[in-house]
Amino acid sequence: MSEYIIKNGKVYDPKTGIKGDVSDVCIKDGKIAEKVSSKAKVIDAKGMTVMAGAVEVHAHVAGPKVNEGRNYRPEDKLFTYKPTGKNTRMAGGFSIPTTFKTGYEYARMGYTTVMEAAMPPLYARHVHEEIKDTPIVDEGAFPVFGNNWFVFEYLKNDEMDNVCAYISWLLRTTKGYAIKIVNPGGSEAWGWGENCTTVNDPVPYFDITPAEIVKGLLTANEKMGLPHSIHIHSNNLGNPGNYETTLDTLKIAEGVKPNNKFGREQVLHHTHVQFHSYKGDSWANFESGSKEIADYFNKNKNMTMDLGCVTLDETTTMTADGPFEHHLTSLNHLKWANVDVELETSSGIVPYVYDPNIKVCAIQWCIGLELGLLAKDPMRTFITTDHPNAGPFTRYPRIMKWLMSDKARQDMLKGFKNSDKVIAATNLASIDRELTMFEIAQMTRAGPARSLGLYDIFGGLAPGMDADVAIFNIDEDKVKDPEDIEKAFSAASYVFKSGTMVVENGEVISNGNKRTLWVDAKIPMNKQVERDVQMKFLKFYSMNLNNYEVSNHYVPNPYVIEVDN
Amino acid sequence: MDIVKLTLNKVPELFLEAENITPDQFAGKNAQQIGELHVYMGNQTAKISDYFKVEGKGGATAADTRIVISGPTDKVKYIGMKMTAGEIEVQGNADMYTAAWMAGGKIHVKGNVDSFCAIGMTGGEFIVDGNAKNYLGASYRGDWRGMQGGKITVKGNAGSDTATFMNGGTIDIGGDVDVHLGTHAEGGKIIVRGNAKGRVGGQMVKGDIFVLGQVERMMPTYAYKGEEEAELDGKKQVFKVWIGDMGERHGKRKGEIIYGKIYIPSGSVEAETPAAQVAKKKKLTEKQLEKVKEAFKDQEPTVQQVRTYIFDSFDVDMKPMQVSRLIEGLKR
Repeated sequence: MSEYIIKNGKVYDPKTGIKGDVSDVCIKDGKIAEKVSSKAKVIDAKGMTVMAGAVEVHAHVAGPKVNEGRNYRPEDKLFTYKPTGKNTRMAGGFSIPTTFKTGYEYARMGYTTVMEAAMPPLYARHVHEEIKDTPIVDEGAFPVFGNNWFVFEYLKNDEMDNVCAYISWLLRTTKGYAIKIVNPGGSEAWGWGENCTTVNDPVPYFDITPAEIVKGLLTANEKMGLPHSIHIHSNNLGNPGNYETTLDTLKIAEGVKPNNKFGREQVLHHTHVQFHSYKGDSWANFESGSKEIADYFNKNKNMTMDLGCVTLDETTTMTADGPFEHHLTSLNHLKWANVDVELETSSGIVPYVYDPNIKVCAIQWCIGLELGLLAKDPMRTFITTDHPNAGPFTRYPRIMKWLMSDKARQDMLKGFKNSDKVIAATNLASIDRELTMFEIAQMTRAGPARSLGLYDIFGGLAPGMDADVAIFNIDEDKVKDPEDIEKAFSAASYVFKSGTMVVENGEVISNGNKRTLWVDAKIPMNKQVERDVQMKFLKFYSMNLNNYEVSNHYVPNPYVIEVDN
Repeated sequence: MDIVKLTLNKVPELFLEAENITPDQFAGKNAQQIGELHVYMGNQTAKISDYFKVEGKGGATAADTRIVISGPTDKVKYIGMKMTAGEIEVQGNADMYTAAWMAGGKIHVKGNVDSFCAIGMTGGEFIVDGNAKNYLGASYRGDWRGMQGGKITVKGNAGSDTATFMNGGTIDIGGDVDVHLGTHAEGGKIIVRGNAKGRVGGQMVKGDIFVLGQVERMMPTYAYKGEEEAELDGKKQVFKVWIGDMGERHGKRKGEIIYGKIYIPSGSVEAETPAAQVAKKKKLTEKQLEKVKEAFKDQEPTVQQVRTYIFDSFDVDMKPMQVSRLIEGLKR
């Protein structure tokens, strides 16, 4: 394999603690190396920024609901297609791009690892088919557990061993990566036309509360010592006054110590917190609750979060939170798709236009950025847009611009139609913090990698780690116009994926050697769970158990994380 | 105003996608530069000059540019797409997507146009001397933003699904329209001077539809409200008004619910409520019964045969169950 040496670049790497010093980065045999031979190809990165490949912790990029979004939004594809290139296939779409565009665009922004945030186990095969078709980036997928009948019944009967055995079996069967919880209990209640809007609302029939579900899955996760913590989208998303529900959910994890051998320091990851930090009791007096949420996060070190920044675009919302999508379609009257995934989850899709001239949308924009700026520890705060819910992932460079430049934010704030009202309802105008390049590296590289339990492989430039490296044509000390930040991060000068150069001067030049990450928790199936699974498939599932498993040919290039606890 | 004259001298083998033929693209360019702009045919990219003879030059701005297109342009799509100002005159026919997403200026087609013309139009004027096919002034597939402003005038007939998801502006059709007029509309004004085939205003939330001829069959979700005076073509006239679609959500203004409205002139044609039409059409006269008896004498006709015969001979649409009872009665 070819060798490279990246010279003269300003390196930002939280793993080795390099904060913008000029330093060499060596790549050999797909890994970062101490030194390389004289035959190594030299990349001159003078005046450029060198970072590890970024790690996406939460995006909806593969699977049935993403594909249904593509199907039912032909207007999203209009005028976006790029014809086949020398190394690329035809690709297009804006908020729900094709698998190919997803891979290319992530790579061009310097992202090399991506986590699909919600995999319905029943449709895991579809998720893996799309992951297989997404070039370049390593991917994993989180199966959803928060509305699963098995989990409900075992937790109700306090059978923790069975919960662990079932989770381990399902992760193995669906080739999943972590425990995702979406609107715990609420998506199941949606089957009865109801919802759980607080952590104490019982789920119909099962008579279990969201708090019990979260507590149970959190305990199971730590008992099993999985690389990632539970990954939660809590109840009552998107409603004014929901920050209290969010705090109630977070309190469940208060004081719990992480147990794992992967260097993970949190026991709970709360995703797209922007959607969960709303104060007020109606859309009329809607305001930001980011201060309360950020304060709580700053105090409790065993939690991580990602932002879910609104980017003020026309996008497509899609979530396993079925009742929320119904609520949304009755607000904006646009088309709605809804699916019940048998015993496991539900799902909904609605297009949404975040219009900067609408007060609520502008406030949402502020909240996302406030959270990023008020959170004191960038190792526990990650940049996302909950792609495509708050905006497409291709807007990350723009979010970095807003986080790094007070001027860019204030210009936006002043430009809103309801500027005064927006400023009154938020804290953003009074925050002048500007994130540094090092903090951006923490928020997009080191932090997410550590949170996923992958900090030995990804997110850093220490020798022995995977050679995922991104080089951007920008010098932190010489930025004159905030637009330069967006421009530089939109199209990396060079990107290496496992030692292969995949992007050069902003163009994709190779489809890399993509892998699928999944977790083998190594807990043996017990007789009880085996029987329960067979019974449920006989009685309730519309599918035969033999057609359920994601067999190996769906995952042609796996990277298995083995848990040895 | 500078004039660019385009003459099609080679009929394309497939269809030509010519979204570059707009005053916005031609402004500030001379004949040679205009000829260099690309057109697509299938997966091939060609130049405008490969198909058209280009004469004259574009004006300084789009508003100063007038394009006159002649020749057999039946297979040229996307003429005037997204144009914001200036003028286009097509002397023959034009294909699909003419004036699509047009925002300003004027397009005059002297012949006919195909489907999807003026979809998502936001402003300007689009005139067709001949007929238009389906989806005139509608939205792009999947989109909820149909025609939002400007004016479309078609002197002949229009096809089906005209003005789907219309949100504003005016459509004036001199002749008849096919089914599904103004489906999902949420504003705007449609005038049909001939007849409308049926399913008029299905799922309409807001907006006005004038049909000066007849609506073949009114949707059952429309309620007859009575006579009302409204202004059309600068004259006040009395119309019979239906409101709906009752199956849709409707907003309120000053405490009053705003419905979509269908106007039919009072005097001109005897309009009937759907219920009356159904009742009238379901009965056969004694004479007609005799005829049916005669036609199927000494036979064992199927329900479908009898039903088709009744429909063809007397224009009465009976339910299969009624026909079946009729056959039983005739046997006795």
